[in-house]
Amino acid sequence: MIQAFAFYLFATLMLFSGAVTIFSRNPVHSVLWLILAFFNAAGLMVLVGAEFIAMLLVIVYVGAVAVLFLFVVMMLDIDFAELRAGFVRNFPLGLLLAVVLFVELFVGLVVDNAGGLAIGKTSGAAAQGALSNTEAIGALLYTRYLFLFEAAGVILLVAMIGAIVLTHRQRSGVRGQNVAKQNARRPDEATVNMQPEIGKGVSL
Amino acid sequence: MSWFSLPPVERFVSWGMPYEWAWGVATVVDILLIALPLMLGVAMIIYADRKIWAAMALRRGPNVVGPFGLLQSFADGLKVFLQETIIPSAANKGLFLLAPIITFTVALMAWAVIPFNSGAVLGNINVGLLYVLAISSLGVYGVVIAGWASNSKYPFFSAMRASAQMISYEVSIGFILICVVLWAGSFNLNDIVKAQKDHIWIINGFVANPLLFPIWVMFLISGMAETARAPFDLTEAESELVAGYQTEYSSMAFALYWLGEYANVLLMCALNATLFWGGYLPPLDIPILYWIPGVVWLLGKILFFFFIFSWVKATVPRYRYDQLMRLGWKIFLPLSLVFVFLISGYLMATGHFA
Repeated sequence: MIQAFAFYLFATLMLFSGAVTIFSRNPVHSVLWLILAFFNAAGLMVLVGAEFIAMLLVIVYVGAVAVLFLFVVMMLDIDFAELRAGFVRNFPLGLLLAVVLFVELFVGLVVDNAGGLAIGKTSGAAAQGALSNTEAIGALLYTRYLFLFEAAGVILLVAMIGAIVLTHRQRSGVRGQNVAKQNARRPDEATVNMQPEIGKGVSL
Repeated sequence: MSWFSLPPVERFVSWGMPYEWAWGVATVVDILLIALPLMLGVAMIIYADRKIWAAMALRRGPNVVGPFGLLQSFADGLKVFLQETIIPSAANKGLFLLAPIITFTVALMAWAVIPFNSGAVLGNINVGLLYVLAISSLGVYGVVIAGWASNSKYPFFSAMRASAQMISYEVSIGFILICVVLWAGSFNLNDIVKAQKDHIWIINGFVANPLLFPIWVMFLISGMAETARAPFDLTEAESELVAGYQTEYSSMAFALYWLGEYANVLLMCALNATLFWGGYLPPLDIPILYWIPGVVWLLGKILFFFFIFSWVKATVPRYRYDQLMRLGWKIFLPLSLVFVFLISGYLMATGHFA
């Protein structure tokens, strides 16, 4: 009963916050509702026993990705009239995308009912029973899906380097701080005793 | 030894309650058993912080309300409780009120997985450490939402600083925790504490390990940055940002930030104790030390780390923002990566996982 209650709570809240994400007028509110949706999705994951995925969902999406979303959206200068004009103009495109997505989802469900591929079925290390979530995922990732896992890592690395290359600019005339040099500086190099004659001043 | 054990569901079932009700009541009782002493602890630790701080500045500190000023925090609490909650007219009202509640709630949530004694833990989950990481990554929302909803310049600057700072240090904290998990072989905090039993000779605690000691130092410093505690309290740097994200807050909303901040600091101290200093285990694996209950050891370690936090706050000047980022990204991140490499290499070479 507790599980059923928790399931309906999480599922309802997730659907509701997903809908409000779309219908909310303020983009910042949208992002916050999206975060709530992520959170409830994590709750659902816990209910099906995928606690590791649930925690990763919260750490990665809620803790990092959504914070950056929020960061960007908060700094937007929002003009609601312009937003709504864009909505009318892009409505056909959005509708097309929605239809495509819906058809794909629908086809996927129908095909699965007709007898799906055995991709998602437990096999190998995960089926051995008493393993915890983390160990089971690790055992699969580092044996059967090793190549895919490493390839995903390389792709992310390339994306990261690409982002740095695109945004990095070498500015001239900037006096950066060299901490090692500062720490190595001693008083006798930094200060000097002078006995200036009256009216002559000191040259530095 | 087991005088501090949470009431199990079975006890309520044996009193004739249906299982679901017993589960509900037991969970609420457990939560109150943790949250109420924690709130009292936060009130007292604010007093202790001010006293330590005063002593280091050769002052007396709070000494008027109650004996030795012990009731100062309660007097302050009563004061803010009676004040008016002012909501700026330009603020986003709902989010403005939600933000302190988020900070406060999140600060309490992570305590669910801290083991107070062998088995005395509210949520004994397999992914306990990931849960802590997930919850601590939520802490930034309280600050960011406050900064935006206040609709004011300084809080907004503070919110941007806070989000950059917390995300930066979470990265290195993640790597540091991986080292601990590798050595303990589990994400479960109870198992991590058990893995530290006579880790090096008769010392209980990963900190005695030469490979893990530098990791602990990094964790302590990252913990200060993660909780935005001095010397990394740039989010509320009063000389630059008035009071940071709290500028527009008053009365109970302000107090919730205050309480949440200290609950977070206490949590960091508890994590230091649990992950590196043997948690509820006594420092040395000598039978007579086990006569003292585990919760006393844990409390002692938490207080010890709080003293360090307080000491640092009293003595170290505030970092500049670029220095903070440099420390996080250019020093801690590569260093913690190197240690993940070293430790996993050592563990593989010595057949730890065999």
